[in-house]
Amino acid sequence: MPVIKTLDDLKKIREEALEKRKVKTASGQIEVIVGMGTCGIAAGARDTMKAILETIQNDNLSGIIVKQTGCVGLCEKEPIVQIVIGEQPKITYGKVTGDIARQILKEHVVDGKVVQTHLITL
Amino acid sequence: MRELSLHLLDIAENSIAAQAITVEIAIREDNRKDRLYLSVCDDGKGMDYEMAAQVIDPFVTTRTTRKVGLGIPLLKAASEACNGFLEIHSTPGIGTRLEVEFQNSHIDRMPLGDIASTILHLVIANPQIHFIFRHQVDENEFFFDDEPIKRELADIPLSDPLVISYLRDEIEAGIETFQPAMA
Repeated sequence: MPVIKTLDDLKKIREEALEKRKVKTASGQIEVIVGMGTCGIAAGARDTMKAILETIQNDNLSGIIVKQTGCVGLCEKEPIVQIVIGEQPKITYGKVTGDIARQILKEHVVDGKVVQTHLITL
Repeated sequence: MRELSLHLLDIAENSIAAQAITVEIAIREDNRKDRLYLSVCDDGKGMDYEMAAQVIDPFVTTRTTRKVGLGIPLLKAASEACNGFLEIHSTPGIGTRLEVEFQNSHIDRMPLGDIASTILHLVIANPQIHFIFRHQVDENEFFFDDEPIKRELADIPLSDPLVISYLRDEIEAGIETFQPAMA
């Protein structure tokens, strides 16, 4: 039987997270946006989102804001993931499976290298 | 979509698009009556009678603004195939309540699937929205409200690795308490 956590655990989490933020030098806010319209969900966007959250959790990547959006009008390219780093222009990826999402987080978000194979040029 | 949890994610997206502040998702299994009830209730901008009728029927749409999709008709068809129905109650400026019912034991009834992921993703990826989740199996209930958690976290993002881990444990533990009943 798993233990249900309490709000006290959250206080600790908050303190830890604040501490980490002090250490980290901000390269601007990082946003990861997943298309979660009917088209995205039907194409497997939940698995994509799942992989993103698991990677953030397992690799302990702080400072990333994960958001969802509706249909962006490119249903055939779903699941779609968009990355915005600081003031840089938004980068859009298509056909992002769980594995590709992990690759995008590691190469683009962490190392700053755009993953060319799944890039959508708008 | 092969899981009801994916449909819930899809319906909730409509509430988000309707600029809801609070979204309440409920799942209720009544094994004595052999019914499964799902509902998504929001305080978004709502729809008039005409539009509510339109979103249910995939063939009536004029599709000038592309506000109408396939998500709701698909879920409606799935429920009707299982001796159930789908209803939308909506008032402009007040909000929308979508209810869907199934015969729980029906052979064609889709599995609920990964409910924990659906709730986790909605909560984390839509920090501006207040989510309430209620899952009942007969007299047992799991109730989750993200408001106290957000208040405690204040400016720490919900997508912080520690917070994801906390939310995941909390939601999975709550849903796991039902597993024997749902087998």
